[in-house]
Amino acid sequence: MAVVVIKEQCNGCEACLDSCPYDAIEMVDGVAWINEKCTICLACIEACPVEAIIQEESTVELPELDRGSYSGDWVFAEQRGGRISSVVHELLGAGRSLADTTGEKLSAVLLGHDMEAAARELVHRGADEVIYVDDEALAGFNDGPYASVLSDLIEEGRPSIVLAGATFMGRSFIPMVASRVNTGLTADCTALDIDPETGDLLQTRPAFGGNIMATIICPRHRPQMATVRHKVLPAFPNDPHRKGEVRIIRGLDKTRMDGRTEVLEVVEEILDTVNLAEADIIVSGGRGLGGPEGFKTVEELALLLGGAVGASRSAVDSGWIPYSHQVGQTGKTVQPKLYIACGISGAVQHLAGMQASDVIVAINKDADAPIFDVATYGLVGDLFQIIPQIIRSVKTARGQV
Amino acid sequence: MEIVVCIKQVPETSKVRINPETNTLMREGVQSIINPFDMYAIEEAIRLKEAHGGKVTILTMGPPQAESALREALSLGADEACLVSDRAFAGSDTWVTAYTLAAAIRKLGPVDLILCGKQAIDGDTAQVGPSLADQLGIPFVAFVRRIRTVGSGELLVERMFEEGYEVVRLPLPGLITVVKEINEPRLPSLKGKMRAKKAEIIALGRGDLEVEDPFLGLDGSPTRVEKIFSPDLRRTGVKWQADAEEMAQNLVKGLKEQGII
Ligand SMILES: Cc1cc2nc3c(=O)[nH]c(=O)nc-3n(C[C@H](O)[C@H](O)[C@H](O)COP(=O)(O)OP(=O)(O)OC[C@H]3O[C@@H](n4cnc5c(N)ncnc54)[C@H](O)[C@@H]3O)c2cc1C
Ligand SMILES: Nc1ncnc2c1ncn2[C@@H]1O[C@H](COP(=O)(O)O)[C@@H](O)[C@H]1O
Repeated sequence: MAVVVIKEQCNGCEACLDSCPYDAIEMVDGVAWINEKCTICLACIEACPVEAIIQEESTVELPELDRGSYSGDWVFAEQRGGRISSVVHELLGAGRSLADTTGEKLSAVLLGHDMEAAARELVHRGADEVIYVDDEALAGFNDGPYASVLSDLIEEGRPSIVLAGATFMGRSFIPMVASRVNTGLTADCTALDIDPETGDLLQTRPAFGGNIMATIICPRHRPQMATVRHKVLPAFPNDPHRKGEVRIIRGLDKTRMDGRTEVLEVVEEILDTVNLAEADIIVSGGRGLGGPEGFKTVEELALLLGGAVGASRSAVDSGWIPYSHQVGQTGKTVQPKLYIACGISGAVQHLAGMQASDVIVAINKDADAPIFDVATYGLVGDLFQIIPQIIRSVKTARGQV
Repeated sequence: MEIVVCIKQVPETSKVRINPETNTLMREGVQSIINPFDMYAIEEAIRLKEAHGGKVTILTMGPPQAESALREALSLGADEACLVSDRAFAGSDTWVTAYTLAAAIRKLGPVDLILCGKQAIDGDTAQVGPSLADQLGIPFVAFVRRIRTVGSGELLVERMFEEGYEVVRLPLPGLITVVKEINEPRLPSLKGKMRAKKAEIIALGRGDLEVEDPFLGLDGSPTRVEKIFSPDLRRTGVKWQADAEEMAQNLVKGLKEQGII
């Protein structure tokens, strides 16, 4: 299988040349030619205005998939310290609508210890069934046991879809599970759907730092596995009257619990680590703040709004604020309801980490700064004058002045 | 300590932009760089070698031009470099990439520690490291922000999570993926550059590896790109350039109306 140019159809417009991130297209005799640098990313297919670039179908005989023998949608119910992570409610929301579309059952899989009440609550959150594996060795997260237990459950239960949060935990051990059960895995999805024709799961995710979106399928393997980005999909509303079944599994074979790795200590750094991924409001500062003191203004606004403080890489590299605050391609990806960018130019790497926010406010004295391209509200001017005025207006609106 | 660092050559996405008219990716002379996260993996490997002795081998799977990434890594102080390249490998997804890299590592010989970057900035998946560990049947720790101690046959590392970090014991042979916080990568030395220019690169192709055709390249990949499109980044927003107080009041009014604050 490869990407090829239909020579007769190519009009030599060169639109594909610019679309290729790998420099893999050349013009030969007036038509496009794809060289060996091609990684089959398919960017050119979309760029071609005359549909002269196609993906050649495979000539290799591939085994048929017995779709009928897999059914049900599973959600991995991540927990930390006995508390279900909030991303699980979103996964159950997404899983619920997929299961309703295909008419299948939605199950939540919980690995933990002494969590029966929390297990039952997953029914209220949208699950038809909860598979709860209770074992002391599963109380805290450890890649090995988690991967073994979940892959065993998958091999036995043969679900059609398995979803997990794109959290540190999910992105750590779910690739291992997918590898073990020999199936594909799509990372960090922001939209999920069922293809009405094939019934396959359409998994949409950003790539190239959010510059392009790709819809991924897993047509010949089951289950179809995806990690899902936090705070993107709506949670299932809590309904205490929902009925469902809780299956508790105890006394698992101890050899499945052998992690080889051992977690010796868990250190929470709540005080100096901002959980940007959880915040509904983020106020971020960039080089325009001029120095570490500039962050005082930003912090004041964040505090007033009950939000977290973010930063651009320039601000972090200048040593004005720790790396844990960095938003962007090499920092954190966030998707709050409100993102206020102060003195940030809006380089693509920064945009990659925040452009999916619901509402973006940009404050910048350069009217041509690219941040304004993605802003819902653009305020052109000096942030040192504007932010104090915003603080005043918010206080006035709340009757605090 | 025998160390292998897996690196990937990626387009430097800072130059990739969306063409507002055609809504497609624009490439203005995009440079290929070593995936930024892999630079930290290379640096950490070289530091381990400097402190504890051993050898650092850089491994990449990619098209022939990925050789330049290997030479750059050599100039930083790595000892050997291996390019896994073959038409048959094109279009590999993370499962197949891990499968093929695992075969290459087996071919290279015994290894104590494998280092990967947290994720590659083109696909942003972060899946190859953990998946590679599974293919090799070795333990791993992802998102490592610090190697605390190097003991006999084990590492003590700090793994990041949302609220902090965990101290994890990793028996060797093992694999870690590293985040940016782990170190400050060095720049190449002149001597390193000279050496890198002349260094011999180990080339491995389809015929050199114990792999099976149905599991290779695009055909062997469980996942497939069905469609690719440009995100709708531009918003029909408002832009004001006025008195600070007036803009602030308009903003707060707007945010209140939208029920955001
Ligand atoms: C591989 C790679 C990865 C990267 N990853 C990231 C990442 O994860 N996150 C990230 O943020 N960047 C990242 N970058 C860096 C990115 O390219 C930019 O350099 C960075 O985002 C710029 O930060 P900035 O907007 O704060 O600074 P600048 O680009 O210098 O912008 C400062 C802005 O402040 C404005 N300003 C100045 N004074 C005032 C004032 N008084 N009032 C109002 N406005 C003012 C200016 O007009 C200017 O627009 C990465 C780069 C590379 C190559
Ligand atoms: N083709 C490749 N060759 C060598 N290493 C790779 C390759 N692809 C990914 N890796 C390694 O796996 C890490 C994660 O990549 P990814 O899963 O693509 O985000 C990278 O930082 C590299 O260390």
